[in-house]
Amino acid sequence: MSTISREEVAHLARLARLEVTDDELDAFAGQLDVILESMKTLAEVNTDGVQPTSHAVPLVNVFREDQPQPSLPRDAVLAGGPDTAEDRFRVPRILDEEA
Amino acid sequence: MTKLNDYDKAVETYEPVLGLETHIELDTKTKMFCGCSTAFGAEPNTQTCPVCLALPGALPVANKAAVEATIKIGLALNCHIAEWTRFARKNYFYPDMPKNFQTSQYEEPLCENGYVDVVVDGKDHRIEIERVHLEEDTGKTLHVGGATGRIHGATESLVDYNRAGIPLVEIVTKPVPGTGALAPEVARAYVAELRDIVRSLGVSDVRMEQGSLRCDVNLSLNKPGDEWGTRTETKNVNSLRSVERAVRFEVRRQSALLDAGEKIIQETRHFHEGDGTTSPGRSKEEATDYRYFPEPDLAVMEPSREWVEELRASLPEPPRQRRERLQAAWSLGDKEMQSVVNADAVDLIEATVAAGATPSGAVKWWLGELSRRANESGEELGALAITPAQVAELQGMVDDGRLNDKLARQVIDGVLAGEGSPADVAAERGLEVVSDTGALEAAVDEAIAANPAVADKIRGGTHAAAGVLIGAVMKATKGQADAGTVRQIILDKLS
Repeated sequence: MSTISREEVAHLARLARLEVTDDELDAFAGQLDVILESMKTLAEVNTDGVQPTSHAVPLVNVFREDQPQPSLPRDAVLAGGPDTAEDRFRVPRILDEEA
Repeated sequence: MTKLNDYDKAVETYEPVLGLETHIELDTKTKMFCGCSTAFGAEPNTQTCPVCLALPGALPVANKAAVEATIKIGLALNCHIAEWTRFARKNYFYPDMPKNFQTSQYEEPLCENGYVDVVVDGKDHRIEIERVHLEEDTGKTLHVGGATGRIHGATESLVDYNRAGIPLVEIVTKPVPGTGALAPEVARAYVAELRDIVRSLGVSDVRMEQGSLRCDVNLSLNKPGDEWGTRTETKNVNSLRSVERAVRFEVRRQSALLDAGEKIIQETRHFHEGDGTTSPGRSKEEATDYRYFPEPDLAVMEPSREWVEELRASLPEPPRQRRERLQAAWSLGDKEMQSVVNADAVDLIEATVAAGATPSGAVKWWLGELSRRANESGEELGALAITPAQVAELQGMVDDGRLNDKLARQVIDGVLAGEGSPADVAAERGLEVVSDTGALEAAVDEAIAANPAVADKIRGGTHAAAGVLIGAVMKATKGQADAGTVRQIILDKLS
C-alpha cells in the first residue's frame, strides 16, 4: 500500500502547473513513496519537548534599515525572462482569475 | 438573473455575521525584504533586484521600519505583540510573484487578539481582531488580448514587478455577530476607523482608491438560534461605500437563496463597482494547497518588550479621542459631528480650519455643497478636486463680501473643473459681487420703473415686497450683487 496516491501526485503537479503523463504519475508516486517511507524512520525518534527546527542558525531579529539601494537596470532584469513586451515580462495566461 | 430579497425583510429573518480582511500597503521607502524603492508610478520593472525577482542565491532581510509599523498597528488595535514570530512561505504558482511563493506569516503572526470599538447609530460595537500579520505585495499583471483588461478572453499577461515585495499588512477580524440590520454600516465604520487609526500612525497613506487599503468582506447568514451559516468572501472591495454595498448585496442575495431552500456555496466573489453586485469568482486553491512552511531564509523575530513599550509610547492620539476633542473645539453637536465623520470630512475640516476658515464655514462647505457634488459624481469627499486651503480661501472671499453663496457655488464649479484657485476662477469667470453702488443703483432704478405697483407697496410700508425687486436686480446683474446691499438701496430709495 503506497503512502501517496496517483491522485495526490496529479494534484501536486497541477498546483505546480506541471504537465505529467500517466506513466510519470506512476513513477513519481513510487519515488515519492520511497522518500515518505524514509521520513517515517525519522518520525520514530522521540521529539517530545523539542522545538521544531525551521532555521539552521540561531540568529534572531536580523533587520535591515529602510534605506533605498539601487535596483537592477531594467534591460538586465528583462533579459532574464523568456519573453517581454511593453517593458514587462510576457507570460501565458494561467489561472481563470480576474485581475 | 440573481434573485434578491428586500433588505429590511432579509434582516428580519436572518442574522448576518461579518468578517473583514484588510490589506494595507505600508509606505516604507524600501520593499519588505530588499532595498528596492517603493516609489509609486515608476516605469515598469525599474524597481527590482535579485531578492524581489527571486534570482538564485539572493537572500531576503526584513525591513525594520515595516516590522515597527506593523507592531504600531497591532498596538493601536489593542493587540498582543508576539514574543516569538516568524515568516512563512505561502506557495502558489502565479506569475504575479516571481518566487512562486509569497512571504507571509502563518501560525505565528506578529500581533494577535485585539479590538476596535466603532459607534454606529449611537451604539458601541466592538470588532475583535484575530490577527495582524506582515507579508509582501505581489506584482501587477496586465491582461492583454481581452477587451476589458481582465483575464477573460485574454491570451497573455504582462507583468511589472515594481510592486512585488512592497510591505503589506493584513488585518483579520474575528467573526462579528450581533450587528443585525446595521451590518453594512458597522462594516463601513470598522474600515473607516481602521483607516483613520493607520493614517494617524503615519505608516500608510491608506488610499482606498489607489489600492493602498484593500478590503475583503466575509458574510454569512443564519436564523436566530441556529449555527452560523456558510460564508462568502467578496474580494477587493475598494471604497467605504462599496464595503457597505457589498454587505447589503450579499445579505439580499444569500437570504433569497436560503428562502428558496438552497445552500450557500463557500466561494470567493467579485464586487462590481458599477452596479454594486457581486458575482462568483473562479474556485481557487484551498488553504492546504498553499503548503505553508516556515521561511528558512529569514531569521525568527523576538520583539523585545522594551522595543514594544517604546513603540507604544510613541503612538499618537487615537482618532476617536481626537474626534471628541475636535467636536468640542468646533462646537458641534453629536449629530453634526456624526455627519462630519460619516462624510469622512474630519481631516478635511481640520485642514480647512487650519488654513484660516472658521469651523462653521468649513463644516458648511464640506457637509453641504461639496458633499452634494461628491454624491453626484459618486466620489469620496476627499477625492474631489478641491483642497482644504481652497475651501478656506473661498470662505474668506464670502466673509469679505467678494462672493455671495450663489457665486461661491459657481466658483466651486470652476475649481472642480481644474480652472485654478478660487481667486483665479472668480477673476477668470468674472464672478465677483458687484460692489459698484452706481451700477447697483441704476439696476434698482430700472427695477422700480419696471414694477411700479410693487414700488408703491414698498412705499406704503410693505417691505416684504422688496423681494420682487431684489430678484429683478439679481437677474439683471447675473446674480453678482449682494442681496443685502440691494435691499438696503431699494428701501433707501422708496422710503
